[in-house]
Amino acid sequence: MTFSPQLEARFAKLLESYPAGRQRAAMIPMLLYAQDEIGSVTDELVEEVAQRVGVTPLQVNEVVSYYSMLHREARGKYHVQVCTNISCLLHDADQLLEHTCQKLGIENHGVTPDGQFSIEEVECMGACSWAPAIQVNYDYHHFVTPEKLDRLLDGLRKKQ
Amino acid sequence: MLYNEPSPLETRVLSRRFGMAHSESIETYLATEGYQAFLKASKMTPDEIISEMKASNLRGRGGAGFPAGMKWSFVPRTSPKPKYIVVNADEGEPGTCKDRVLMENDPHQLIEGVLIAGLAVDAHAGWIYIRGEYRYLIDIMDRAIAEAHERGWLGKNIQGTGFDFDLYTHTGAGSYECGEESALLESLEGKRGVPRIRPPFPAVAGAFQCPTVLNNVETFCAAPAILLNGGAAFAALGIPKAGGTKLTCLTGHINKPGVYELRLGFPVKQMIEEVGGGMRNGKKLKAFIPGGSSCPVLTAAECEGATMDYDSMAQRKSMLGSGGVVIMDEDTCMVKACLRLMKFYAHESCGWCIPCREGTAWLTKIMTRFHSGGGSPQDIGLLGDIAKNMLGRTFCPLGDAAALPMISIVEKFRGEFEDHLNGKPCPYEHSNRMVTA
Ligand SMILES: Cc1cc2nc3c(=O)[nH]c(=O)nc-3n(C[C@H](O)[C@H](O)[C@H](O)COP(=O)(O)O)c2cc1C
Ligand code: FES
Repeated sequence: MTFSPQLEARFAKLLESYPAGRQRAAMIPMLLYAQDEIGSVTDELVEEVAQRVGVTPLQVNEVVSYYSMLHREARGKYHVQVCTNISCLLHDADQLLEHTCQKLGIENHGVTPDGQFSIEEVECMGACSWAPAIQVNYDYHHFVTPEKLDRLLDGLRKKQ
Repeated sequence: MLYNEPSPLETRVLSRRFGMAHSESIETYLATEGYQAFLKASKMTPDEIISEMKASNLRGRGGAGFPAGMKWSFVPRTSPKPKYIVVNADEGEPGTCKDRVLMENDPHQLIEGVLIAGLAVDAHAGWIYIRGEYRYLIDIMDRAIAEAHERGWLGKNIQGTGFDFDLYTHTGAGSYECGEESALLESLEGKRGVPRIRPPFPAVAGAFQCPTVLNNVETFCAAPAILLNGGAAFAALGIPKAGGTKLTCLTGHINKPGVYELRLGFPVKQMIEEVGGGMRNGKKLKAFIPGGSSCPVLTAAECEGATMDYDSMAQRKSMLGSGGVVIMDEDTCMVKACLRLMKFYAHESCGWCIPCREGTAWLTKIMTRFHSGGGSPQDIGLLGDIAKNMLGRTFCPLGDAAALPMISIVEKFRGEFEDHLNGKPCPYEHSNRMVTA
């Protein structure tokens, strides 16, 4: 597989970041960083990472299935993650999730038909004091209200 | 970036650079005594460093509260194997968002803390295991690590001391269990995050089976202040058995939620009323979680006279935990809050130990039935029984972390469970909050 030069540089650095003979340690970072570039963990990516860190594809698959951020299916260009754990729940995060679903016309874990947006209800994301919080891809948004969310999503829709 | 105004009641030691211009840069750090603690420690023996750490009464800030100096002393320094430092920046405990603030605002303080640990146990490499969602913090830490290399504060022969140290960031990929130390080490090695059987503890066989110091971000961040001003000075900020300050995340129904650095032993009442600006909308306090969702819940009455420290919380059969304070007002439906927590633990159980895997799933099923009005009186007892049967029967404490809040909520808020019986609508529905299941 060919990746961007930046990602290749990151891979090279990763492979030097662990003790000799322990390159398997680079597997999870490689998978996540590559997924960010190509959109999902494809069979091809599994083979590629397995070969680069010196394990079997099965050993990679077993890891992929464990971690909630690694996914085999493509998600929306903007993956909207709504935390509904306790501190956010106390600030009506369940209603915010419902609102997000209505706004985008999809259910939790769904992807819009144009592939622009997807929604995921997630666990605590470390933004509890600024609840309710969401992440769009890796960007945090704090003290989110339905109005703020509408503005944010409308803005992203225009940007595409 | 800071997300809340500081409070005048804070004791700002670890957070003293927060709010300064470019607080994350090495220039700011060096201009404010940065890396001086490392230089001082480099002239001390490992035993002297460890005894300073012990004198500070610093207990681990990740949740379990194990004395940090003692943990460092367990590393067999004469072992022929390399020794490693691992920073737990997985920060997954619901209610907790303080390691994020520490890394974002003062990444060099963490690097210096790691270097001090390296000197103390003769380690020359380390990893910061950062949860995958904190991608921007990986960038911040990578930048700080690069700056430190450029200025000779990492790498070979640091500042002519003869001490070498390399530090790397390592990303998680979405797993609460990977915050548990042994699962974290598995994950660091490129495996599924399932716990290891202990002993051996990480101090003896940790990362890549080598002796390892593994601590929380905040624990390492305390080391520079301890070495610079002396362990006794740090200890004096707290109370006799628990030294220093704790970054405390106020969350929930409070006027000024935020992360505040408070001395250990800070009164709970004053924390809510003065630091947090009181209960939102003038409501009454119903329930209080002292330090992350894995702690037993306290009632408002139990908060009377309580202070934020290990002993005061232990006397109330709870824990100081991670610093994630959750404040729930009188309109909160405890059944719903409990259901949400059980869903969390069921989702995050790694599935390795049967009592945890099955127990968290059953508790979630029963709680779901209960909250939707389909519970039976026997269910109330069953919830407690299942939870008690999980306690102490798993390789890692995730099972306990689910069972303890469950047991405390059924015991202390039994009436609310009874209110949900016989298909009655949730009695808190009128509040327009906590409505849907
Ligand atoms: C399920 C589970 C999750 C945990 N998550 C974290 C975490 O996110 N961050 C953390 O520092 N400690 C976490 N811990 C505690 C660690 O196992 C370990 O005690 C801690 O990192 C040691 O550092 P300390 O002594 O400095 O607190 C968790 C423990 C359990 C059982
Ligand atoms: S509970 Fe939502 S970010 Fe922590």
